[in-house]
Amino acid sequence: MTLVDTEPAVSVTQEHSAPARRRSRWTARRVVTLVLLIVMTLLWIYPFIWLVSASLKQSSEIFSSGLNLMPETFRWENYARAWTEAGFAQYFLNTVVITVGTIVIVVVRSALAGYVLGRFAFPGKKILIGIFLVTFFLPEGYTIIPVTQLTDQLGLLNTHAGVILGLGAGGHIASTLLYAGFFRGLPKELEESAKLDGAGAFRTFFQVMLPLSWPITATVTILTFLAAWNAYLLPLVFTLSNPELQTLAIGMTSFVSDYGQDWSGMAAGAVISLIPVVIVFVILQRKFVDSIAGAVKQ
Amino acid sequence: MTFVSADLARSARTEGPRTRKSLLRRVREQWWIYLFLLPTLVGYGLYTVYPLAASWVYAFMDWPGFAMSGTFNGLDNFVQLWNDPLFWNSFGKSLLFLVVAMPTRVILALLLALWLNSRATPFKGVFRTLFFLPVVTTGAIIGIVFTLLLDAQGPISLALVWAGITETPMNFVANPDTSLWSGVAVWVWKWLGITMIYWLAALQTVPDDVHEAAQLDGAGPWQEFWRVTLPLLIPFLIIITLIDTVSALNVFDLMQTMTGGGPAFSSEVIEIFIYRTAFAATTPQLGYASAAAVLFGMLTVVLAIVQALGIRAARGMMPGGTS
Repeated sequence: MTLVDTEPAVSVTQEHSAPARRRSRWTARRVVTLVLLIVMTLLWIYPFIWLVSASLKQSSEIFSSGLNLMPETFRWENYARAWTEAGFAQYFLNTVVITVGTIVIVVVRSALAGYVLGRFAFPGKKILIGIFLVTFFLPEGYTIIPVTQLTDQLGLLNTHAGVILGLGAGGHIASTLLYAGFFRGLPKELEESAKLDGAGAFRTFFQVMLPLSWPITATVTILTFLAAWNAYLLPLVFTLSNPELQTLAIGMTSFVSDYGQDWSGMAAGAVISLIPVVIVFVILQRKFVDSIAGAVKQ
Repeated sequence: MTFVSADLARSARTEGPRTRKSLLRRVREQWWIYLFLLPTLVGYGLYTVYPLAASWVYAFMDWPGFAMSGTFNGLDNFVQLWNDPLFWNSFGKSLLFLVVAMPTRVILALLLALWLNSRATPFKGVFRTLFFLPVVTTGAIIGIVFTLLLDAQGPISLALVWAGITETPMNFVANPDTSLWSGVAVWVWKWLGITMIYWLAALQTVPDDVHEAAQLDGAGPWQEFWRVTLPLLIPFLIIITLIDTVSALNVFDLMQTMTGGGPAFSSEVIEIFIYRTAFAATTPQLGYASAAAVLFGMLTVVLAIVQALGIRAARGMMPGGTS
């Protein structure tokens, strides 16, 4: 699981037994590899550096200064303009509300279902798992029309609740299966001793099982955070006619059509939208990488 | 994921015969299990299973807007789709996107993972973090940012002119010859990091003694990769291909914000076609869009099944299997 520091111990012996000629060839390879890696890395981070630079320039300067990344003067007012005038403060708040709501729904739903799927046999279990597998790879574009109609009939179109339910109520099978896999691995004695203490199924779950599953809760929170923060199609369709409810991703599109020439404001808005995910990623990167690697290994 | 759920189903089967009571009694004794499942049953039923079925019903309807009611019109939508060059255009663009972008992403990510898995590479953690960074970003925002980066006066165009690769500055997003390929390039850029992590996880499962044995037999690094490492990675190759295939068919956010399907439908993937017909047209054609969505869904399912069979075959070839 830990990708970071599992060094294969055996390669030490490889280097000892390798002839000297071979080792020098490895060094040449090493240099070429490293140069290629560095070039590629620069390509990968350049767009972010350019974006930050553009957000601090004047709009006219962005395209007239050629490849020069250094702004003439740092124009922090671009951020103030995006935040207040262009409404990114509102978009930001909407995104936070929708993301938090979605995470809560997904964690509660997946943990409850994962617990019973992982630990108990019950009539209908096989059918349920079958349905999960069939719908695992269902594309979002496939369901958007019925989901919109359903939300309309529930009276939730143009509300935050509608977007939260749309993003969190369906799908997220991976989260349920992660919980199920975790709970399945816990010893049977846990329930037995809880039962001896007089705890029912609900107390056992909330006081013993859920706290134990915190590593999975962290993984599910991270995956759902990314999915909800970055969602586009569903919030776009649901809040098409109501800019007050739009998230950062949708607000950015509105900004482009309303202030098409304000490139520096656009860049500042993009930085505002991306900074939370980037910060969370940098702080929790080990957990991010492990979550994703863990999902594919299963 | 598939493997976990297969195990779960199996455990249900083995526990079955031991508790042979009447169905009703079992349900009554374990009522709380269904209470635990309730949020999933309701949410998943309404937001995933119901839409799946409803799409098929709508596909046979003429339905000009959510405020109106639809009328059944038999196979009209499918006949119309069959004769709609714009539908086939978008279908073709999606497939083209898939067959170019997906293999590029899978192979490039494998190369990167091999580099980063090698003991000789320094600063692995830093490289891994930087390649992963675009993965966490918002596709729609990235799409908009790249309209600026790919502008004729933007840095990419200027750098290509400076390097002598193109003669005059050009706007890659606004040119019908390059718009789809710009989307492919940005998509690979954005998602390469996650596939690299999949591959790194896969490479960790190759036992060290296998490498040792290969070296003792005098295999060079190249031979070792083709003859030893790659065969062991085949099950992962298939599942990674499957994940990336699904991802390559879900590019709405990036393509809609980058090109909007244009210019002149040159980059209109099927999701944009569905969105345009259902939500962005002056008269929405919800039934028509549903018919296109149903066909799109079938394409995804067929591709997923083919690869799932591939996984099973690959697992069958290896005694013991890996997971």
